[in-house]
Amino acid sequence: MKATVTTHYTATAKLLHWLMAALLFGLLALGFYMHDLPLSPDKLKLFSWHKWAGVSAFLLLGVRLLWRLTHRPPALPEAMPKVMRFAAHAGHLMLYLLMIAIPLSGWLMSSAKGFQTVYFGILPIPDLLDKNKELGDLLALVHKSLNLLFITVLAGHIGAALKHHFIDKDDILTRMAPRHSKENRA
Amino acid sequence: MKRITLALAFATLIPTVHAVEYTQVQADKSAVNFTYKQMGVAVDGKFRKFSSSLNFDPAKPANAKASFDVDLASVDTGAAEGDDEVAGKAWFNTKAFPAARFVSASIKALGGNRYEVAGKLTIKGHTQDLVIPATFAAQGNSGVFDGSFTIRRADFTIGEGSWAKFDIVANDVLIKFHIIAASK
Ligand code: HEM
Repeated sequence: MKATVTTHYTATAKLLHWLMAALLFGLLALGFYMHDLPLSPDKLKLFSWHKWAGVSAFLLLGVRLLWRLTHRPPALPEAMPKVMRFAAHAGHLMLYLLMIAIPLSGWLMSSAKGFQTVYFGILPIPDLLDKNKELGDLLALVHKSLNLLFITVLAGHIGAALKHHFIDKDDILTRMAPRHSKENRA
Repeated sequence: MKRITLALAFATLIPTVHAVEYTQVQADKSAVNFTYKQMGVAVDGKFRKFSSSLNFDPAKPANAKASFDVDLASVDTGAAEGDDEVAGKAWFNTKAFPAARFVSASIKALGGNRYEVAGKLTIKGHTQDLVIPATFAAQGNSGVFDGSFTIRRADFTIGEGSWAKFDIVANDVLIKFHIIAASK
């Protein structure tokens, strides 16, 4: 066994985790909300904001992946059974894949629908797809389905964190909590 | 002798060249598109249906005439929701004003293949004078007309109420046309 066992996430990893959590919940809520609105100037405004926030989430994810690949997260508790470890890793992998696939599908959908994404109205993001109604509708369905899957995996993620905290009473939840590292360094 | 027959041949040819008048607009090969800005982002659309009558002889542009009727309910904004909205009261109000109509008043040759079409455009009960630059090219039996011009939607009260401000949908709308007409 190596001696480099860390017991907590780095401050950067925590910041990225909670920043993205807030952003992604906002994006999910905004996405479903705006989709059902009747067409109005406000709806078009919300669509643009959603797209900008979605691109931001994708960029943040890039930073987060770089950090994750260069910083080893703390090990799982020794007592955790093999199946649970596997479930935890598979769940996290799913979350990462969805955080990549969802913004990509949103961007491709926008291109296929003929509405280019221009980040904050300033930076045009190239259209990889030409305007194509059928493809646009299909990608909208893909975007929606991936989001429903995302919500399901998130429910599992949050449920697991709460189970660790309240039932297993281990430090899985607290080690991602903002102040944990300071307390533990004592 | 040879010279004279050649000259004669040309002399007989020229009138037939002059007599080509393009009148049969081929709607299926023609297009009326538009581009506008939505929150600064260019978005394209088109009209699926329009009819037009045309009399254009490149040799006599002064006698040429053109009129267009664009079926506004045939608008294609790229989204069904957008099509319904734009056909509605705040935009085109197609129930009361089904067509946009352009009627030429005069057509001027600018030299080369360039022309200038002056006329009146009526949409939603509002009429504006327009001068539209256009090009013409003969292709086999057909004449190909291309051009574009910009209108301000507010001039025609297109987009009223909550849409009247230009922060989401800009005032300027670029109209592009590509018309193919056969000669008789
Ligand atoms: C992780 C980032 C993202 C999340 C969590 C997310 C979430 C959602 C959700 C939940 C919906 C509602 C789906 C529905 O009810 O049909 C939605 C719709 C939409 N999203 Fe995203 N989205 C993200 C990124 C993006 C990006 C990057 C773009 C474009 C650049 C985008 C463009 C859209 C559009 C245009 C819709 C509306 C679809 C419609 O109503 O037809 N999204 N998004």
